[in-house]
This record gives sequence, structure tokens and C-alpha cells, in this order.
Amino acid sequence: MKIHEYQGKELFRKYGVPTPRGILATTPEEAEKAATSLGTPVVVVKAQIHAGGRGKGGGVKLAKSPAEAKTLASQILGMMLKTHQTGPEGQKVGKVYVEEGLPIEREFYLGMTLDRATSRLSIMASSEGGVEIEEVAAKRPEAILVESIDPVVGLADYQARTLAFGLGLTGDSIGKFVAFSRALYRCYVETDASLAEVNPLVLLKDGSVMALDAKLNFDDNALYRHKDLVGYRDIAEEDPIEARAKEHDLAYISLDGNIGCMVNGAGLAMATMDTIKLVGGQPANFLDVGGGASREKVTEAFKLILSSKAVKAVLINIFGGIMKCDVIAEGVVAAAREVKLSVPLVVRLEGTNVELGKELLRKSGLPIIPADNLRQAAEKAVAAARGEKVS
Amino acid sequence: MSILVDQNTRVLMQGITGSAGSFHAGQMLDYGTKLVAGVTPGKGGTEFQDRIPIFNTVADAVKQTGANVSVIFVPPPFAGDAILEAAEAGVPLIIVITEGIPVMDMVKVKRALQGRPVRLVGPNCPGVITPGAKCKIGIMPGHIHKPGRIGVVSRSGTLTYEAVFQLTQLGLGQSTAVGIGGDPVNGTDFVDCLQLFNADPETDAVIMIGEIGGSAEETAAQYIGKEFRKPIAGFIAGVSAPPGKRMGHAGAIIAGGKGTAAEKIKAMEAAGVLMAPSPAELGTTLQAALQRGRR
Repeated sequence: MKIHEYQGKELFRKYGVPTPRGILATTPEEAEKAATSLGTPVVVVKAQIHAGGRGKGGGVKLAKSPAEAKTLASQILGMMLKTHQTGPEGQKVGKVYVEEGLPIEREFYLGMTLDRATSRLSIMASSEGGVEIEEVAAKRPEAILVESIDPVVGLADYQARTLAFGLGLTGDSIGKFVAFSRALYRCYVETDASLAEVNPLVLLKDGSVMALDAKLNFDDNALYRHKDLVGYRDIAEEDPIEARAKEHDLAYISLDGNIGCMVNGAGLAMATMDTIKLVGGQPANFLDVGGGASREKVTEAFKLILSSKAVKAVLINIFGGIMKCDVIAEGVVAAAREVKLSVPLVVRLEGTNVELGKELLRKSGLPIIPADNLRQAAEKAVAAARGEKVS
Repeated sequence: MSILVDQNTRVLMQGITGSAGSFHAGQMLDYGTKLVAGVTPGKGGTEFQDRIPIFNTVADAVKQTGANVSVIFVPPPFAGDAILEAAEAGVPLIIVITEGIPVMDMVKVKRALQGRPVRLVGPNCPGVITPGAKCKIGIMPGHIHKPGRIGVVSRSGTLTYEAVFQLTQLGLGQSTAVGIGGDPVNGTDFVDCLQLFNADPETDAVIMIGEIGGSAEETAAQYIGKEFRKPIAGFIAGVSAPPGKRMGHAGAIIAGGKGTAAEKIKAMEAAGVLMAPSPAELGTTLQAALQRGRR
């Protein structure tokens, strides 16, 4: 789960990670009031969307007066903000965060995430703050300092100090950076985060360090024990079909193509998309209906797929293991009837009771196009999506 | 011979009274697996289907039945604890089927297992099967398997079934099929399995199935290039997956431009793995790898 910057900073403050003062605004008037109450000569008006790269996209602006904050907020609120992390159409801005301007000396990057190779958390720091860390990683990997954290002891002070020295910090700033890092680690572990990024982390003229940005993602599998975090979810930021899928416990990802896919198992679902591409088509989605593809789930999955107007054909690929093919076929037939399927449907069934399953599909009277293997299924779906006659 | 599990394997199941656990306990018994005990705290002294004793603790189950593998079907919030209990009871092989265990729980569990004589397979995996020993531990459909000499190792459940099914149809049986699971933090990895297959005199060739996310396939490719001596075919799922999106499995995500299928395919091909162009050709690609041989 992703959250907004202002929510991330709220959590940061709770764990003692220093952040600038800021106020959330949903109207230009609120932004003006916020700037007045912050009282600093300069305030920053920041668009609140889940994607990164907001500054470059024109979603972060400096205001030298409350009146200017109001004007800028009126420009940013409601805009479709395009960044390298949003789609080409951008993401609509519904909230701005108005923050005090600060005398900045230097900018850094600080991040924390799981290192899959060691099964431990890593803390990463770079003196090249404010820029895309992926770019730094690709061009100058030596510019990123990394410490691997033993979960038994947690982030040790010497590790944070090593980073501080590596960043070129001196004097009191070292101790402040260590305290910052420890607080960030506590925040990460206690909220079951999956990513924490402070980009930039700033060194102020007075030697203190602060989180100028806050990006926190959380482990969906751990949300059951963080009821307080669930309230941070902002459905407006999510793909509406993906959000609906989540409610029905279906793993669904929207894609750009026109062939809807329904598959059991994540690996097979990806492989099905790949095969569609391999034979010249474009998948409209990733969809894993799970191991037990019940009738209810198949029906719901159909509705999700067909809610996209781009879909010109549907490909169902089910490997019936524990679930028997005849049961799956019954589900498919019932669901196809219920949703009054209007596009060609290609079905590839394999596994337990496959003959019974195919027989049920044949007898249903529905215009279902059968396929014997995955490649053939993909070829038939691609042809059908092009409007060709397929049987 | 085979890897990980054989005719001497005696299985206990943690979470045997849950709905998934009891269903698959039945399936495993039907297949011929020596399931000797169940563990559900608070239900000790009862029996599963009037034939398998249930214990309160893993230690009791091991002491009473001599179980040497634990398969875990415990729900995600309690699965980490279940793994620790099995390890503490001295179970040398722990296979975790549970999907959805919090990452931080697994980070701690893996650290706790470090240095102990215990092997973890999974979590979020279909399990391990040795058809020749009638030993099925997990949720895979038993009937698609056939005893034989091909090893299968995979991060994905249904793609493992797809590979096994195609092999069986071609008359190629399996020595052992291992699902290592789709989570970002897991136990036994590709390299562990490949080392075991390399040393197993009854495995002639291997199919390795990976997917996007992480770098386990690249690490495996390094090992294969250096030490693996048997014909090997491969497949990577997710060539068409968009970056930044989790593709069903918690670990299947291209993050920060890393973990793409293209990188993995390139590394595996460079190591001499014959790559299947599509999942419909897993079996035939293995056949081709067998004919081509290796070194």
C-alpha cells in the first residue's frame, strides 16, 4: 500500500523523525490560510499524489506570500500531474501540502528497503539527493552507501555513523543524522513498511537534518496488524478496476492491450500474457483467479475484465490441479451467461477431468472457442481480437 | 534416489485441522505420503480422520512419531511462529505452503534459522514431490506426476504443474519437483536445489522456472555456468510485465529497473540454459536440452 507524503510525515513525527511543519489544504483558500499560519517568508506548495517526480512535473512550487500560495494552489489543485511514475494521462491532484520554507545547506538521499539477496533490510544513503536514485544507481553505483541491518540488533549506531561520515557530515550533524536514521528504522519496522525513502533528506544551515520528503510503502500482507494505517488508503489514487479486484481477493493489474486474460496462478498468468505478446497480441490485464477458481470468483473476474471497454477478446487459461476441470467449466459457463458475454471467448483447460470439462463447454451452446494448448489459445485470442473468424 | 524427500520421509503437518490443511492431508495420504502426525495447539490427543494422531506441540509429534519433515498450512499471522517451533523441535526439513506471511516476520525467522541444521522450503510454494517414492508434500495435483529422472525447480506453482504435465505427456518422469515459492524472502533457493540435483545420480536433467523480481535467477545462472554438469532447460515468466507492479506473487515485481525477465533470460542463456520460448514448450525444450547434452 502506498500513502501520501503528508501522511508519511505524520508517521515520521510519531516516530521522532524530524520533518518541517506543514498543513494540508484542499482549496486555494485553505492553502492561503495555511501559509499565513506557518508564518515563514517562503512556503512550499506540494501536490499530493502517490507518484514520485512531482517537482519535475510542476507539482511543487515556492510561494513568497500567502497570496501567492493561494494562486499556486489554485493552479496545482485539479491539475492532471504527469510524472515518470504516473501514466501518460497523469494523476489528478486533489490535495496540496503547504510546508514551511527552510534554509537548506545540502541535500541527500536516504532510503530503506528489503535486500532480497540477504533477506535483511538495507539502509542506503547518497550525497546526490533530490534526484532519481535509480539513475544514480545505474550511472554511479559507488555514490550509494549501503549498510545491511541484522534484524536481531537493528540498525547499529556505528552503521548510521559510517553513512554520516560517508556523506561528509561533521560536528553535531553526525549525531543528528544517527538519531534520524534510528527513528526511521523504528518507523519502518513497527509499521511493517516495504519501502521508506527520504529524498531529499536536508542538512539545514543550523546543522540539523530533516525529512523534506517522505515516501512510505507498506507490506500488504502485514496490514491486518495495522488497522490505523488502513485509514491512510486513498482509493482515488488507485486504478478503479484494480481497487475492485482487491475487494474480491483477485490479483488484477490493468495493461494497455485488448485481450482480457483469466488464469489460475500468478506465474501461469504472467506466462499467458507473455505468450499473447509472443504471437503478436497485447494483453489487457494480468489476472490471477487463484488456486480455487470458484464460480463466484470466475463471475467476478469476468465482470472486471469486461468493465474495460478496450477488451476485444477474452482468454481463459486454467490448469485444473486440485480444482477439477469440469467444476471450472461449469463456473465459466454460468459466469458467461450471467454477464451476457459479448466478445469472443477462448478457453484452454488442462488437468484433472479435462475431457468432462471440454464436454461441458461444448454442450453449453455458448460461442466458446476451445484451444488445446497455451500457444494455440493465444493465437486464437489474438485472431479473434482482430475481428477474424475463429473456431 | 531423489532430492529432499524420499521413501524414508515421515511427515507431520502443522495446521492439519484447518480447511486447507485437512483437505491436503487427505490428498497427501491418498497419494501414498507417509503422513504420521498433525499439530494443532489445543487439539492434542485427537485424531485426523481417525488415523493420524494430532499433537499440541511439534516437539511432542516428533518424539512420538519420528517425523522428519514438517509441512506448514498455518494461517499467515501464525506461520512465522510455526516455523520457529518446528526448527526448535529439530525438524530438519520445513516446507511452508502458507501464502501472505508478512515480510518482516520472514526476515526474523530466516535470521533465527541461521546456523541451525534446518532447511526451509517456501513460504508461498506448492511444496515438494518425489513421485518414485510416492511422497507428495504440498498442494500439487499428484496424478500429473510420473516417476522418472527429470528434476523440476520453480518459483511458480501452476507453471510447475504445467512443466510436469508436459514432461509426463512426453513420457519423461520426474525425480523430484520443488516449488521454492514466490515470496521475496524464502528459504531454499535455485542454487540449493541445483546443487542437490547436480549431485543426485538419479536426476539426468533439470527444468528451472523463474519469474520477474529479485536476482535469484541471475545468481543461479552464475552457479550453472561454473559448476552445473547436467542438461538444463529454463523459462522466465513476466517478459510482458510492466515495471513497478506486483504480479500476484509478493516477490514478482520489477523495482528500480531491476529484476526484469530480459536480464534473467540473458544471464541464463549465457550460462548454457536452453530457454523455452513459451510456456507451451517447457517439455519439448527439456527434450531438446537432453539431446544437446552438456559439456
